[in-house]
Amino acid sequence: MSAPIKNPAAETLPRPPGLAGLAADWASDQRTFKNVSWGKAMMWIFLLSDTFVFGCFLLAYMAARMATTVPWPNPSEVFALEIGGTHLPLILIAIMTFVLISSSGTMAMAVNYGYRRDRRKTAALMLLTALFGATFVGMQAFEWSKLIAEGVRPWGNPWGAAQFGSSFFMITGFHGTHVTFGVIFLLIVARKVWRGDFDTERRGFFTSRKGRYEIVEITGLYWHFVDLVWVFIFAFFYLW
Amino acid sequence: MAHAEVHAAQHSVHTEQQQHPIKLYLLVWGLLFVLSAFSYLVDYFGLQGYLRWSLILIFMMLKAGLIVAVFMHMAWERLALIYAIILPPLLVLVFVALMVSESNYILFTRQLFFAGGE
Repeated sequence: MSAPIKNPAAETLPRPPGLAGLAADWASDQRTFKNVSWGKAMMWIFLLSDTFVFGCFLLAYMAARMATTVPWPNPSEVFALEIGGTHLPLILIAIMTFVLISSSGTMAMAVNYGYRRDRRKTAALMLLTALFGATFVGMQAFEWSKLIAEGVRPWGNPWGAAQFGSSFFMITGFHGTHVTFGVIFLLIVARKVWRGDFDTERRGFFTSRKGRYEIVEITGLYWHFVDLVWVFIFAFFYLW
Repeated sequence: MAHAEVHAAQHSVHTEQQQHPIKLYLLVWGLLFVLSAFSYLVDYFGLQGYLRWSLILIFMMLKAGLIVAVFMHMAWERLALIYAIILPPLLVLVFVALMVSESNYILFTRQLFFAGGE
């Protein structure tokens, strides 16, 4: 090897491409995710575990819906709104979807500006993302209040199968909680970016370690995941 | 000292790797909007049956793929990470198959013993 070995954990030998390279990466006595930092790898693994949580919720919903003898309430009608005299099916959910997708777009751009070390634009885009997220949660609160006023409860509802309420509150409630925590996470990181912590190498309050702009990407991973889960909820719960 | 070098090396790797033109993100953003609009229209026009379900699933998978591949940068990650994250959720499909069969059985017994009296 003529190239100097800078990092004993990183790649020092040329890897075969494709599946042979995959097997080589996973072979013993080495770091598997070569150029992926631990922060990012661990966020991915957390998101994997969260995938199973939401996967099980959607599965439970599927099982409940398939096994009930009572007809399932029609989500298209349940979530319809009258706007300006016109009856629009699922309109609030559609708007919520667009809001969340927009927040993902601004988040992706924030990551991009973060790696360019443009702290003002990064912080501004992250705050915009948090604002979209808060809007989403606000609209969800409106949706919940409306349904509760109409008599939807975890144990029953006026339109059909009793499991509708419990599935709805469980799935959207858990997702809304994720969005809320995401907003808090975004605000914390945006503050650090705005203050220039990653330019001045200021040490963290809790860990006493210097942060890097990579935390913007890690926050972004979480945020995009929340959007991703919504894609599945939108398809399976609202449209099915 | 060596530790600092390691960090510097890692840093340069990342800045090189996950730097993509803003245009790409705007394009994906637009595509996600269009796909969401399409899946909303499936409901708006009241399509039913297999056409509805297949369209919903196609739009869902396209949206999920775009988010994971571009927004979450999975398309540019190492194969070792891609497989570690993408393969395990596929096992949920086995669980789905189990629960479909179980739910059908529960529905069958409910219809047999309870629904007759209603």
